[in-house]
Amino acid sequence: MTERQTARSEETAGNGILTISDLTVAIHGKEILRGVDLTLEQGRVHGLAGESGSGKTMTGLAVLGLLPHGARTRGRIELAGRDLLSLAPKRLNAVRGAEVAMVFQDPATSLHPMLPVGRQLTEHMRHHLRLGRAEARDRAIDLMRKVRIPGPEEAIDRYPHQFSGGMRQRIAIAVALACSPKVLIADEPTTALDVTVQAGILRLLRGLCDDLGLAVLLVTHDLGVMSAVADEVSVMKDGLVVETGPRGEVLREPRHAYTRALLDALPENARAAEDAGTESSEVEPA
Amino acid sequence: MTLLTVDDLVVEHRTPGRPVVRAVAGASLSVAAGEVVGLVGESGCGKSTLARAVCGIGRPASGTIAFEGRPVKPLGLRRRDRALTGVQMVFQDPYASLNPRRRVGDQIADGLRAAADTATTPADLLDRVGLPREFATRYPHEFSGGQRQRIAIARALAARPSLLIGDEPISALDASAQAQVARLMRDLAVESGAGLLFISHDLSVVRLIADRIAVMYLGKIVEVGRTAEVWADPRHPYTRALLGAIPAPDGAGVLPAELPGDVPDPAAPPPGCRFHPRCPKVMDVCREREPEFGPVACWLHEPA
Repeated sequence: MTERQTARSEETAGNGILTISDLTVAIHGKEILRGVDLTLEQGRVHGLAGESGSGKTMTGLAVLGLLPHGARTRGRIELAGRDLLSLAPKRLNAVRGAEVAMVFQDPATSLHPMLPVGRQLTEHMRHHLRLGRAEARDRAIDLMRKVRIPGPEEAIDRYPHQFSGGMRQRIAIAVALACSPKVLIADEPTTALDVTVQAGILRLLRGLCDDLGLAVLLVTHDLGVMSAVADEVSVMKDGLVVETGPRGEVLREPRHAYTRALLDALPENARAAEDAGTESSEVEPA
Repeated sequence: MTLLTVDDLVVEHRTPGRPVVRAVAGASLSVAAGEVVGLVGESGCGKSTLARAVCGIGRPASGTIAFEGRPVKPLGLRRRDRALTGVQMVFQDPYASLNPRRRVGDQIADGLRAAADTATTPADLLDRVGLPREFATRYPHEFSGGQRQRIAIARALAARPSLLIGDEPISALDASAQAQVARLMRDLAVESGAGLLFISHDLSVVRLIADRIAVMYLGKIVEVGRTAEVWADPRHPYTRALLGAIPAPDGAGVLPAELPGDVPDPAAPPPGCRFHPRCPKVMDVCREREPEFGPVACWLHEPA
């Protein structure tokens, strides 16, 4: 890590709401994460890039204590002074969904197909915030308005299949926001969507982050998505963060050879290289 | 030489008790030998239905599909027309399109048998798609998504197609495998002199491999052109919106432009131009008359 980056991480360490330090995760003796350091700040989107298998999803899951059975962890994940890794399961349940929430890639599978969306929105409000039925429903309608679902009063009683993919992802985001979490982990939230729909979801995420002061960890392989919404970018490879920095620096002047290889492998850049008559590099999966 | 000609194709989905859905509502398209045509559009626009009709899956309501000058007969209970062996498809999900209980070599051999090819072995084909020859004796579950899709491509190539169709062949793959598999399909098709109809909603990959690009919206092809030209100067407002929605990885932090509204229900398409309710440049004529011309089906670009 360069001097400037170290300086930066020190200066922002104070505002960090979630700090992951030296996180190591081993599953069946194989190290999936090998000492990950990451800081999420209030009102900022931190993008986590890298190919599949690099450990970006595992990092997100570790924060929520959703690692696969038999995973062994080392290091610290600090949220408001507590280490989530050493929290008892019951105490962690109080954090999950209430303080840290998650949005998954495919809203068709992350929402329950047999329950009206209203029920899925009010479930954890009633559990975590101990709200009454009517109160939770009002709040759910508010949330649906916030994520811009048209006609929330009627929409709340519909089932997931009655919505389009983009609307479903908006609902999944509303579900995540139900208990006003401080941290939102979004794992490839737009990968299953069309570009036109993706644009709307990205605007929504950015707006929520700015308005509610959410700290967002955006896991994505799409460097275009990263460039559009992330403030800071970290690039992972083989369970390690190889580069961290402000979006503009990492995407425009990557320091690590791997980040440069990722950028060169983009279809846009590959085409440009081809037009210029040079052979573009391809990133081989590890 | 034109390999495939699709002319004014209409494909309808009928469900009892529901209005008829015109998934493809009068689309025309051609693919020449050695040419790569990319078909792009949002989900639900009918691009997969069009691809399936070209293979003979589903019966068109009207219009014609001709492959090497002969009409494509819809697939029935009888054996598929031998001439159609020349059209091979690579499906979206290699987890579903390969038989989990047969060795991949045996599955590739099916294609060789269809083409009555006794000189080539499955291992040769694995070699061509960049996999080790000894993989022929393994089962699909032993492979990653990208490897499985390479196997599916090997199986399609075994039948010596003159037209290869990829129906979202990369959307189930990891980002790092997507560009590789797309390029592989292009290289193998062009190398053997076959045409490739590549369907994808991923515009950046289509840009990478396609010679020509066709943009589909709600069952119609709204713009066709050379890829570089369409990219540099998209003329249909829908193409503009589609390309404008792709976020650039330039580190500038610019949110992509949003296209207002949803894709209308294909069972009740809007009158006139299908794109007019979402079009930023809508004019009176757009609400009344459908632009039935090409290469840009928009009243702003009416041929003189």
